[in-house]
Amino acid sequence: MALYFTPLVSRLSGCHRGNFTRNCGSCYRACTLDFTSVLSQGASRSGDGSTSQTDRWLGDRDRGRLVLRGASVTSPAAARRPAASSGQPSQQARSLWQQLPRQLPPRTSPLSAKMAASCVRTVGSFLGKCMTCSSSINTVATQVLLSRQVCVSSALCRKNLAAAGPEKFTLEYIQKQVEEYEIGKRHLANMMGEDPENFTQEDIDRSITYLFPSGLFEKTARPLMKHPDEIFPKQRAVQWGADGRPFHFLFYTGKQSYYSLMHDLYGKILKIEKHQDRLRAKGLFSQDAQLISLGPSRWLTKEELELLLVETISTHDYDRFIKLMEHMLCMPYSSTEEEFVQRYRRLLEAQSLKQLVPLLEKDENGVAFSTAEGRRKTSDSSVILRDCGSGHITVNGQDYLQYFPVLQDREQLMFPLQFMGVLGRFNLECKVSGGGRSSQAGALRLAISRALLSFLSEGDGEAMRQAGLLTPDPRVRERKKPGQEGARRKFTWKKR
Amino acid sequence: MIVNYRCFNFFFPYLGLLGFRYSRAATVASPCGGHHYVTAPSAKPPQPQAGDVTEKILNQPLEKADFFRVAELFSLKDLFDARVHLGHKKGCRHRLMEPYLYGCRLDHDIINLDQTMEHLQLALNFTAHIAYRGGIILFVSRRRQFGHLVETTAKDCGEYAHTRYWQGGLLTNANIQYGPGVRLPDLIIFLSTLNNVFQQHVGIRDAAKMNIPTVGVVDSNCNPSLVTYPVPGNDDTPAAVELYCRLFKMTINRAKDRRKQMELIHGLSAPTSQIS
Repeated sequence: MALYFTPLVSRLSGCHRGNFTRNCGSCYRACTLDFTSVLSQGASRSGDGSTSQTDRWLGDRDRGRLVLRGASVTSPAAARRPAASSGQPSQQARSLWQQLPRQLPPRTSPLSAKMAASCVRTVGSFLGKCMTCSSSINTVATQVLLSRQVCVSSALCRKNLAAAGPEKFTLEYIQKQVEEYEIGKRHLANMMGEDPENFTQEDIDRSITYLFPSGLFEKTARPLMKHPDEIFPKQRAVQWGADGRPFHFLFYTGKQSYYSLMHDLYGKILKIEKHQDRLRAKGLFSQDAQLISLGPSRWLTKEELELLLVETISTHDYDRFIKLMEHMLCMPYSSTEEEFVQRYRRLLEAQSLKQLVPLLEKDENGVAFSTAEGRRKTSDSSVILRDCGSGHITVNGQDYLQYFPVLQDREQLMFPLQFMGVLGRFNLECKVSGGGRSSQAGALRLAISRALLSFLSEGDGEAMRQAGLLTPDPRVRERKKPGQEGARRKFTWKKR
Repeated sequence: MIVNYRCFNFFFPYLGLLGFRYSRAATVASPCGGHHYVTAPSAKPPQPQAGDVTEKILNQPLEKADFFRVAELFSLKDLFDARVHLGHKKGCRHRLMEPYLYGCRLDHDIINLDQTMEHLQLALNFTAHIAYRGGIILFVSRRRQFGHLVETTAKDCGEYAHTRYWQGGLLTNANIQYGPGVRLPDLIIFLSTLNNVFQQHVGIRDAAKMNIPTVGVVDSNCNPSLVTYPVPGNDDTPAAVELYCRLFKMTINRAKDRRKQMELIHGLSAPTSQIS
């Protein structure tokens, strides 16, 4: 079962100054202490037989992402390492540390085994003493340490990572991940005592939050178990066959999907023009015939188009695509290509449909009333709107004139009713707590607008939404930051 | 053989064993690709037979001058009707195109159609041979007017087209642009050798760098020097460009059909799985 942990700080990130050169005498001792102490821990722990602990330190350090495995102990980084160092990193660490005098990896061919043994001991005893060391031992020790695949400082890794570009996963690797995910899903279902056959993604998420409770605020940093297709970005398979001939006829342009789309689009435009010419020749052409009815929809965004094409395109390319589409839509007989166009449009959800209208109830006297709540900053309010016809307003048991002495607050309270023209019709019974006078007034205003929705028609509700009465105000107090006097205000800058 | 060896070493002591070893290998080498077989003559491996057949298929077209009979596809009248002879104005003339021009009438350059015929026949013949051998052909044109036509032509032939913005390292930096192990085109056909700013297309220079032969329709304002098989002719008129596209398409389809025919004919005598 594969679980993925997102970035954690790793102890093995090389020396604190980021370099691991032999000339770095000051931090050399600190670096190696860290390394050797961890390895000794690893060696002692791996004596217990559990590989998971060591693996945690020796996993995907370079990206900060650690992979915790049950049975199999391979990580993507280990899979990508050269064959000489493949296999379980912990075992290798154990073997290198303990067997170093006897077996050295072939890279250290200038050293004999005996010399290596003396080196290891020298290094071990050396660390307890002062830092001054001869350059030869230093070189040898550095070489010995560098030859171990286990700990490589970030200074050595950094250059390679930059040039490699985005990480590429082979098809076999992804398939293996998918198999492991399926097996892991069944194990998880067994663990939770549920049916392995009908274990959905929601069940998986629930089980993971139960088994690995995390207090992290960042949702993307929490443990997750999802299908590898959702985790690994979509990549292109090899574009050519066994004889080397590419499959797509626009392969050599570099952006085959995008240019193929443009080619098809232009082909459709030519087809429509030919159709128009034929109709004109017959005399059946009419200007206002059959424009495409698109409905409430929008064009695909650039990101969505990139996902569709599995290719990166520039903003210029995207603009040209949209322009060509618009050009096609302007032509009179474009309805013949409606299905093609709809593939590149997304429906807009009407915002007003999302409003939850509170229920209209009737109390003992037969008076219709509705309840709604509202929030603003740190104030919470709840309002009961009664269709009495008197226009009395009570806030926390007090009269509104008494509770809100300032005109501005009372205006805020009245605005929804005044906007709809129902000033004298309703009785308001309000409860509000928290915050200051202005935020309490704002919370009450939102609650009143929401309660009013149940008494009004759809059109009036839409008008209220457009006026901004139904939008909760998202502004809250910004926290003060360290090193500054307030949220934004910095300390006075002094030249001297 | 041992006696020979001693004598050889006596007379040419400085050659040493190495020289003799090579010469020995030369005498013993069988005609089937250098394999040293000491087996009975009955146990002959089938591989050399397929190799023979493939060689025969590949060498047969080289025996005749116009094996694919491309000269039948067009005539001088077709070229004239498609207005291939119309060049640009005298002021636009490129110095190196002067040998291909018939003359100049009222400041308009007229291209010599007799020379065009020969060049076009050579170019079509070469294209046919490349297509016969399963080579990758890339159609390039930066004329926006004819981009769609060129792409459609390429699609119909089963070959490739590039009528878009030419990114710098497409040929010279191919392993990084496309991925390692990509196969570059074996022939590039330029239906217009100029780009949108009337400069020579970068692909001509890059193909010359990468040793890729080019066929190019060169107008009177183009530079024919780097093009392997230049075809002097008009590249602006739709009729002319449609003619070229049609000719290239017919040539390539003809060559591919011929290849399939040859494979079928020779495939009857050898197992079909061995033939590529």
